[in-house]
Parts: sequence; C-alpha cells; structure tokens
Amino acid sequence: MAIFPPEQRIWWKEPLHGFELVWIGVCLVWAIVMFGTMIVWHIIGEQNLSNRAYRIDPDVFAARTEAMVTEYTVREEGDTGIPVVHPPAGSDIYLQASLWQWYPILELEKDKEYHLHLSSIDWQHGFSLQPTNINVQVHPGYELVMTLKPNRAGEFGVVCNEFCGIGHHQMLGRIYVVE
Amino acid sequence: MADATLFRTCPDTGLPVHLPAERLIKANAVAGVLALALGGFQGLLVALTRWPDVSLLPADWFYLILTGHGLNVLLFWIIFFEIAILYFASAILLRSRLWAPKLGWVGFGLMVVGALMANYAVFQGDSSVMFTSYVPMRAHPLFYLGIILFAVGALIGCAVFFGTLVVAKDEKTYEGSIPLVTFGALTAAIIAVFTIASGAIILIPTLMWSLGLIGDIDPILYKVIWWAMGHSSQQINVAAHVAVWYCIAAMLLGAKPLSEKVSRMAFLLYILFLQLASAHHLLVEPGISSNWKIFNTSYALYLAVVGSMIHGLSVPGAIEAAQRRRGFTRGAFEWLRKAPWGNPAFAGMFTSLVYFGFLGGISGVVMGAEQLNLIMHNTIYVPGHFHATVVAGTTLAFMAITYLVVPLIWRREIMFPGLARWQPYIFGLGAAGISVFMMGAGTLGVSRRHWDINFTDAALSFSYPDTAFLMMALNGLSGVLAAVGGLMFIVIVVSSILFGKKRGADAAQTNPIIGVGGGEAVASYGGEGTLKLPGTMILVGIFFIAFFLYYWVNWKYLSEVWPLS
Repeated sequence: MAIFPPEQRIWWKEPLHGFELVWIGVCLVWAIVMFGTMIVWHIIGEQNLSNRAYRIDPDVFAARTEAMVTEYTVREEGDTGIPVVHPPAGSDIYLQASLWQWYPILELEKDKEYHLHLSSIDWQHGFSLQPTNINVQVHPGYELVMTLKPNRAGEFGVVCNEFCGIGHHQMLGRIYVVE
Repeated sequence: MADATLFRTCPDTGLPVHLPAERLIKANAVAGVLALALGGFQGLLVALTRWPDVSLLPADWFYLILTGHGLNVLLFWIIFFEIAILYFASAILLRSRLWAPKLGWVGFGLMVVGALMANYAVFQGDSSVMFTSYVPMRAHPLFYLGIILFAVGALIGCAVFFGTLVVAKDEKTYEGSIPLVTFGALTAAIIAVFTIASGAIILIPTLMWSLGLIGDIDPILYKVIWWAMGHSSQQINVAAHVAVWYCIAAMLLGAKPLSEKVSRMAFLLYILFLQLASAHHLLVEPGISSNWKIFNTSYALYLAVVGSMIHGLSVPGAIEAAQRRRGFTRGAFEWLRKAPWGNPAFAGMFTSLVYFGFLGGISGVVMGAEQLNLIMHNTIYVPGHFHATVVAGTTLAFMAITYLVVPLIWRREIMFPGLARWQPYIFGLGAAGISVFMMGAGTLGVSRRHWDINFTDAALSFSYPDTAFLMMALNGLSGVLAAVGGLMFIVIVVSSILFGKKRGADAAQTNPIIGVGGGEAVASYGGEGTLKLPGTMILVGIFFIAFFLYYWVNWKYLSEVWPLS
C-alpha cells in the first residue's frame, strides 16, 4: 500500500505493468508534438508575438505618441475630446497606456500592416483587443513593437486586463478598422 | 530515542502516533480550515460581484476582497493544510517521533502572525494590489511583511519535516524505502523550499522598496522571480494532492501503486522541471525571447506534464487493481461502480482526480503554449483554469482526506453523515462550474480582476457578446453552489471536532475506516498473472482524446485573430 514502505525492498527492479509502459510512450510522443507545435507555428503560423522590445523612458514614449497624434489626428471622438488618429499604412503607430486611459484612438485600414509600439507611462496594464481577443502585457519602461494586420473592419475595444488600481474598469480604448 | 509515553497506538491502523506531532497536525489543520472559511466567503462575494445582474460590492471593496480571497485560500488555507500533511506523512506514516516539535510551534506561530498581518493590511484598504502585487503598484509594508513571515514559518515546517525523515531513518522506525505517500510529501517539501526562497528573493526587496529604502524594482524582473514562487507553489499543491490521492486510495481500498518506480519517477519529474514554471505567466511580456518562453513554458519538453499524466493513469489503475483483487471483475467498470461512492473521502478523492485532469490539467497545458497564451492571457480563462486545479483539485482532495483525519487524529465520528455524503459532490460541482464558465467567458475575451464588464463609467463604450454575460451569471450560480458545499464542509468538520461522538477502541471493528488490503503485486515477471486494467485504459483513452481535440481547437481559434508578428 502507498502508505507503507514498498513491499519489495528492491522496488526499482519490479516489472512494469505493460499498459503503464505504453501510456508513458504515448505521453512522451504527445509532449514532443506539443513542444514542436510552438516552434512550427513560428514558421508557418501568422500569430506570433514579436520579440522586438526596447527599454524606453516613459517621457520619451509619451513624446513620440504625442508627435504621432499631432501629425495624423483626423477628428475627435464625440464629446470625449480623445483624438482619433489615422496614420498611413505601414507606419509606426503608438498606443500609450496610463491610469486609466488608452491614448489615442487609432484608425487603421483593413489588411494593411502597422508597427504598433506599446508601452505604459506609469503602472502595468494589459492590452486586450476585443472581440478579436489578442492579449499582451504592457510594462512601464519597456516598449514592445509588434507588426499587426487587422483582418476585419469594425470597431474594436481595447480593454485593460491587468489590474491597475481603482479606475481599472474604466480604462477602455478603441481601435477603428476601416475598409 | 523516542519517549514511549509520548505515543498512543491508533486502534484503527495500529500505527504509533506521536502526540506532539498529532497536536501540531491539529493546529495546522484548524488554522487552514479557518482560512478556508474566510477566503471562501470572500470568494462568494467576488463571484456575486462578477455576476453582472447582481454586482454585489462597490468597486473599492471588490478589489479589496479579491486581494484577500487570493491570499486566504491560495496561500493560507492550502499551506497550513500542507504543513499538516507533511507532519502526518513523516511522523505518523513512518511511525516516528516528530523532530523538534517546539520548532514546529515556532513555525506555526510565525504563519499565524503573518496571515493575520497580511489580512490586517488588506482590510485597512491601502493594500488592494491583488495576490500578485505587481510593482510599481504599492501595498502597505505590512502586506509584504505578513507574507514573508508566513513563508518563513512554512519553511520552518519543512525543516521539521526533513528533520523527522532523518530521525526516522536514524532510529530505524521503518524498513526499506519511505512509503510512496511520504515520497510525494517529500516532493512537495523540496518544491516548497525552492518556492519560498524565490519568494524571499523578491518580496524582501519589495518590502524595502515599499518602505522607501530602495529606489525602484524592474517590473519584468519582479514577475520572473515572483512567479518562481507563485507558480511553483501550485506545484507544491499538485505534489501534495497527488500524495493525498494515493493515500486515500490506499487507506480505503488497500490500493497499491501499479509500479513504485513509475510513480516515484513521476514525482521526481516535478522536482526536476517545475522551476521553469514561472514562464507560464510571462508568455506575452515584452523583452523575453520566444526561445526562452518555449523551452521554459514546456517545462523542458513537457516532462512535468508527463509526470502528471502518469499519475493520471497510476491512481485510477491502482484503484482498479485493488478492486479487481477484491472480486469486482465484471465488465470494464464494475470496480468503479462498486467503489465506495457514499464515502465522502473516496467521492472527494475520485472527483478531484477527474476535475483536476480533465479541467485543470488540459486547460493549463493549452494556456501554457506560447502562442495560445495570446488569446487567453489575463482573461478570466486564467482563474477558470486555476480554480479547476486548486479548488476542484487540491481543495476537494484536502476536504476528502479531512473525512479520514477527523476520526483518525481527533478520534471523533463524523457528524451529519447524510450531509457529508453529498458534500464533495456539491462542492465539486460548484467548483467545476466556476472553472468551466470562467473558461467559457475567457474564451470570449472577458477580463479577469475586473469590476464592471459593462464599462458603465468609461469614456468610451464596448460590449462583450451576450453569451459572455450568460457565462458570468452561470459562474455566479456555481459560486453559490460551491459556497453551499464549502459551508457544509465547515459545519460538518467543526461540529464533528467539537461535538462528534468519541471514537472508541472498538470502533475499528464496528465502523471501520481503513479498508481491507488488496495489496498483492499487480505485475509480475514475464507478464503472466499481470492484471488487466481495461477500465483505466478506457478512462485514460477518453482523457487523451479530450486533450488532443481541445488542444487543436484552440490553435484553430488562434489562427482566426489578427495576424501579428
């Protein structure tokens, strides 16, 4: 019994149950398949998180975001005063997280590539693009640069999904994707 | 040498019981159950707040209670109970005296003080930083200090356990190797040392930072080391509750592992690879390379996962073998149908095994694939996963063994046996519901740790699909069900300990706890006489198919989101 010392003192020489051996084999093969899948997806898959990241001073990031906003703002969102920015396809675009806002609102074109720079100027936040469901962690002092290609037109919410204090649930941004 | 006056002989098992060890087991188990009662109640408040039509608590209280919930159940309940298991698996199962019981009390005292201090900090309202306390969000220094003291106390508990192993070996209280259950507990204790050391490395500087003594702490560095504690501590739970599964199966049915060497190898795989576990939480962080993520998140080619899959065969296989020896040989499943389903210890153990494997295990591996994490990170899928492992798995297993601990250690009969019979099913169903519905809502993108998924106070608007709201409502209902099951457990255990009928010396015959042994060899040289286990083969076959399908379905979901590179 499992609560007493093994009945055979030399337990490591006991024979294996045949089915146990088969199962270990199945598990090992499956383990290697799952390990290989992650590598293969980097080659054939279209959804891989970028490995491009830099240390950045939050003030520098805020200044770059502001420069993009100044250059490409096309309108303001309703009466919220939040700028809607329509940068050219293929360009570097910035999304700044802070307590408790995503800034600015981006307007992108469907099936065009953009280099999205993500960073926070205060605490950690979570970039959760809905309803497509892409979730990326956002850190202060680190800038992640990822290439995005929106594959559907419409209005997308940017939810904050890293708890960031009492206003966390009010932190909601938006990305428009136009044809 | 051991002082014979400090021992009693257990009428049920014949084991000599070291009384100082017994007192420490009781104290730690009681502290654990109190933490479970508080943390479980906080969990109910959280579930009712996240039920969109109920939305019970205001935002500040929600975040406060959620922080306390994580601490009390994930840390305090489970670790207090695990310390009790360590003392049981060493002193009692090895028929030994406990090494340095006074030191054990010092550890216990530190754990109590730490738990109270952390709770005080949380209830003060300036430490609603969640269980993870990611910097640069700052809690009151007492929050970090409380966790550190608790961890030091737990470390002392591990030291007492290791010391007892040495004493037992030295005084030759057993022959040959330590029992498998003790081996599992040893695995848990070794992992605990690594876990607590990681916690100290990161929380001590964080405490100094919160006191203003250190400038700042890198948020990614914090996460790498914090999760070496945060995730590894869950591996303590896995090792401990797998040991509990083997223990209950052995006590009730006389189950013997199919092969000592395979089961022990599987525990060893946990020790070798779990320190890589911190990667699971860092799959979508900037500044960490894909190579690092892939190797580490797979625990080096999923070898620790293989360990769990081996236990997934070995535990039901041992039960089937024992039952077949007893004569339940008809068809593939007579052994399972005729199992003691009315005994809450068995019911809790077996349902815990099923929920842990099917819900917790599969979802954990899926979520831990580097790219799949993109569609799950920080959604409520994550708490869905770990409620399957820690609530439906660990907590249910610990509840199950409590039904053996009360009669054996407290020498009291379980009160309200009719209620006890249903308790594991009700609690288990609630916990499984919580897991499934949170995972469902998470697949639809709902955020975890979020007070208002309607975004009523936000400047902009966004709506999750209606199904997500339905899932959150069902999660709330399941939370109520789990709370009912949890309350039943607390009522049964507390009243049994206080008012239960004393278990007399003849109770071992009239109302036996320990089942008859079925412990002959399961396999033999040359394969002749090797028992066939068709039921277990079918069960693990179903498990593998479920795992296989669910894994690929999620890659399909991933392939539909915006291309990114």
